[in-house]
Amino acid sequence: MQPFSSVTAIGVPIDIPNCDTDQIIPARFLRRAKDDPKYATFLLHDLRFNSDGSETDFIYNRAPYCDGQIVVADINWGCGSSRETAVDALVANHIRAVVAPSFGDIHYNNCIRNGVLPVRLPTTSCNQLREQLHAAPGAQMTIDLETQSVTGPDQALYPFAIDVFDRMRLLEGLDDISLTQQHEKTIESFEAIYRDQNAWAFDS
Amino acid sequence: MNTSKTLFQKIFDRHVVLERDSGDALLYIDRHLIHDLHHRAFATLKANGQTIRRPELLFGTPDHSVPTTARTLVDIPQGEMRDTVSGLESAAKEMGFNHFDLTDDRHGIVHVVGPEQGITLPGLVLVCGDSHTSTHGALGCIAFGIGATEIQHVLATQTLWQRRPRNMRINIDGALGPGVTAKDLALLTIAEISAAGGAGFAIEYTGSTIRALSVEGRMTLCNMTIEAGAKSGIIAPDEKTIAYVKDRPFSPKGHRWNEALTYWKTLSSDTDASFDHEVLIDATALEPRVTWGNSPQYSGSIGDTLPNPANEPNSIKRSEMEAALTYMGLQAGMAISDIKVDKVFIGSCTNSRIEDLRAAAAIAKGRQAVVPTLVVPGSGLVKKQAEAEGLDQIFKTAGMEWREPGCSMCVAINGDTLAPEERSASTSNRNFRGRQGKGSRTHLVSPAMAAGAAIMGHFTDIRSLN
Repeated sequence: MQPFSSVTAIGVPIDIPNCDTDQIIPARFLRRAKDDPKYATFLLHDLRFNSDGSETDFIYNRAPYCDGQIVVADINWGCGSSRETAVDALVANHIRAVVAPSFGDIHYNNCIRNGVLPVRLPTTSCNQLREQLHAAPGAQMTIDLETQSVTGPDQALYPFAIDVFDRMRLLEGLDDISLTQQHEKTIESFEAIYRDQNAWAFDS
Repeated sequence: MNTSKTLFQKIFDRHVVLERDSGDALLYIDRHLIHDLHHRAFATLKANGQTIRRPELLFGTPDHSVPTTARTLVDIPQGEMRDTVSGLESAAKEMGFNHFDLTDDRHGIVHVVGPEQGITLPGLVLVCGDSHTSTHGALGCIAFGIGATEIQHVLATQTLWQRRPRNMRINIDGALGPGVTAKDLALLTIAEISAAGGAGFAIEYTGSTIRALSVEGRMTLCNMTIEAGAKSGIIAPDEKTIAYVKDRPFSPKGHRWNEALTYWKTLSSDTDASFDHEVLIDATALEPRVTWGNSPQYSGSIGDTLPNPANEPNSIKRSEMEAALTYMGLQAGMAISDIKVDKVFIGSCTNSRIEDLRAAAAIAKGRQAVVPTLVVPGSGLVKKQAEAEGLDQIFKTAGMEWREPGCSMCVAINGDTLAPEERSASTSNRNFRGRQGKGSRTHLVSPAMAAGAAIMGHFTDIRSLN
């Protein structure tokens, strides 16, 4: 996966509380392959496109927001379904980070594992950032994972916290499986003892 | 130092292979369930040079992409639906994991099949690439939904990296009145703590109301825990749980059963265990509920009128309520019982087990549905049981459609959908915009309330039906 250190890009404010993963990618696209040439259009599809395929006036359709790579969202972004395709759709649109007061737990993990940085900031900070981005379309913001800070369009610094393991994964673009397989001997010895002590669970 | 533990912590600790300084733990996974939408996982696994570490702990069955008219693979229209279902089936054959295909009575919605087969047991850690994996926590195990990358990790290593969640206890006391069900309890709980309230938490449900629920009712409640933002909900196993899992095809037998019992008796939170957050709910006054918004947190009692967003002090909620009323084609102040429905769906991993079908049939018996109604059992075995009890005949006589098992109109990618602006009474778990088809309008209710709406054509207090 693509490592994440620092990104400076146009911010896209999305003012939808509880924006569930069904909004991020509707279920009817779940069977599509990631290399589908239309994949980028699946992102927020039903908010962005009318039934006849024409574009709505949704903010991400409008210039300069359509070139944005940082989403600033509202509470509980990515709640609902576990579909990792929601992150695939963000990646297909070159979105590198989502800033929100809170995230759906499964979506948050899916972001981390695909090089998309989920940033938790207080609700008031997210509101301020979205207001600034509405007031100055195309305004840039910077997210620096090394220093764990967001620089808003107003040049104010918004520090954020992140789990150290998640931070390392993103900074190094780590693949969990190869990391885990370095512990193969530990897993093997755990498994042998655990399965022996819990034979009821494996010997029906 | 307080060494007492919550139930969740006890099971979690037992599965820790190793723990990093950061507090992230590598957990051993006892059971992995998989459904058709993840059929590509196996090609990815091969391309990465990996194999399935423990195929005997992996259980697959198609549910999301299965038409509810199909009994075999060739009944599925050619194209992506059939490819998805056959993709899982061929992977199972090639790689040697357990698979219940369409022709197998054990086939069904993965969260109905797991408990039904004794694959889900107390004390285990169970995962599946589906957010409603929280369902299985009803049996006293840790169960949560994972993403596609995490699926790869479990396939290859039989382990998963997890942060320790905070612990929340929701204690619910009071007897449920007639016609009030676990579904209503789930909707009340989500309304109380909000759709984001459980984020970062593992929830344990306790209290007299929970003890009084059947194991199937507990599954309904744990199923909807994800709609409150928490990945997992758990209920300590008791004699009902033990009776439920005994003699299931994959549950332990003979001396292994006795060993299991010994362990399961230790599965409860210590009396002085500390929870990061405690919620108390009184269920005594609970009434049948109906959601009216586009998040499961927006629901009211059947006798209520829709709230006026102008009276909502929280600005986020106010704007969300306004948007929901517009999308749903509703007006503030209207009575919930005046909302007319176009279609009714009875099914899904929330409400498609035998008790759900019995509750719906009790309302449908001797009456006629006035709107198209789809009844979709959760598994082939639930279907057989319902037919043995004559429930299918009750539904058919009432003019309802009796279908083959699957997720059906809950995720609406198998051909069962609502048209734009069509309104449903649905026993499923999500009323998100477009969830049942683009532009669809979903109201979540219990099976009996759904059957009542089918009979009357609008939401109705089933307690007043004679």
